[in-house]
Amino acid sequence: MPHDHNDHHDHDHTHLDAMDLRVRALQTLLVEKGYVDPAAVDRLIETYETHVGPHNGARVVARAWADPAFAAWLARDATAAIASLGYGGRQGEHMVALFNAPGLHHMVVCTLCSCYPWPVLGLPPVWYKSAPYRSRAVMDPRGVLAEFGVTLPEGTRITVRDSTAEVRYLVVPMRPAGTDGWPEARLATLVTRDAMIGTGLAQAPEAAP
Amino acid sequence: MNGVHDMGGLQGFGPVAPQADEPLFHAGWERRALGLTLAMGATGQWNIDQSRAARESLPPALYLGAGYYRIWIEALERLMLQRGLADADELAAGQALRPAAAGVRVLPAADVDATLQRGTPVARPPTSAARFAVGDAVRALNLHPPGHTRLPRYVRGHVGTVVTVHGVHIFPDAHAATPPQEAPQWLYTVAFDATTLWGPGADPGGQVSVDAWDAYLAPA
Repeated sequence: MPHDHNDHHDHDHTHLDAMDLRVRALQTLLVEKGYVDPAAVDRLIETYETHVGPHNGARVVARAWADPAFAAWLARDATAAIASLGYGGRQGEHMVALFNAPGLHHMVVCTLCSCYPWPVLGLPPVWYKSAPYRSRAVMDPRGVLAEFGVTLPEGTRITVRDSTAEVRYLVVPMRPAGTDGWPEARLATLVTRDAMIGTGLAQAPEAAP
Repeated sequence: MNGVHDMGGLQGFGPVAPQADEPLFHAGWERRALGLTLAMGATGQWNIDQSRAARESLPPALYLGAGYYRIWIEALERLMLQRGLADADELAAGQALRPAAAGVRVLPAADVDATLQRGTPVARPPTSAARFAVGDAVRALNLHPPGHTRLPRYVRGHVGTVVTVHGVHIFPDAHAATPPQEAPQWLYTVAFDATTLWGPGADPGGQVSVDAWDAYLAPA
């Protein structure tokens, strides 16, 4: 396999190995001190690797599309409506749902750190925590959307929510045309993580399996 | 603190670079960093506002040059040193050289699911009426506290409109202090016109909102 041994690459490897050693050493120390149960650390990782992720949020959005009563509940008390599907807790204690509509697009950022609705979206992607996104989402949201390949219809207003408190935001994208009568499970396949952050739109039906 | 973590409106960081099919973790140590940070967060030695304060107090060049899990590890090590949970030579050696600190609550594996499910709600019962209502014009105060705050620089001094009254929440500026105080107060979402914040080049018709505690606001 071709392998590009430039300086940058080697530097990254050295850095990663150093972090690997450092975090291993930290874990050993914490376990020796008795501050952490290694099985608890494994369970925490496993939770976010396998159980919690954007599929949770997609189920919430699909339910809102399919069931007007649920959508109304989600608009009124998102924490309770989302909890009714089994999602809640850490980093989703106080949820608010933002409904996109013709002429109105919501986008979520945390300029100060990395606040993100974990129970419905899982762990944030690297770009969400990065300086380019955190600095520009509030100042140039349309330019940021273009970098995600999203162009909104002319005249669409963008409202950006900076998550500065413990309130966590879930964007409910607009339901794509041509999905009348679809069951919720199929609707959920159109709901991407980025659509629920507001850096994407729901997929068109032809993209669905 | 007017730190480099307060990034809204900074320029020069280049385009956003979403990675297609991004893996959840980019190295094995990132998985471990997540698990250790959450497990240590459950020990009760610090709260989430104190851990945010530790992260944003890192040396600016380190903060800007590090990925987010590196920031977590750097802050975790500093918090442990500050709380007397470990000494620098123990961190360097990767082994315990002295007995553990007393009174550290350990999260057992069997309690992980319930602990995550419970989370840490920050809403508190109101003891007074809200000072502002939806539709009120409010000014974000021109505050520059040396400690932790959640009022981003880019809104300070500007007038916006209350769009949501959330209830009474723990006040992070006080909760990040030592010793922490909840000092709960009313929390609002305040929306600002993009042109108010960014001038004539702003996104037409755009709005930017922050969640702001009562102490950050004045009537306008």
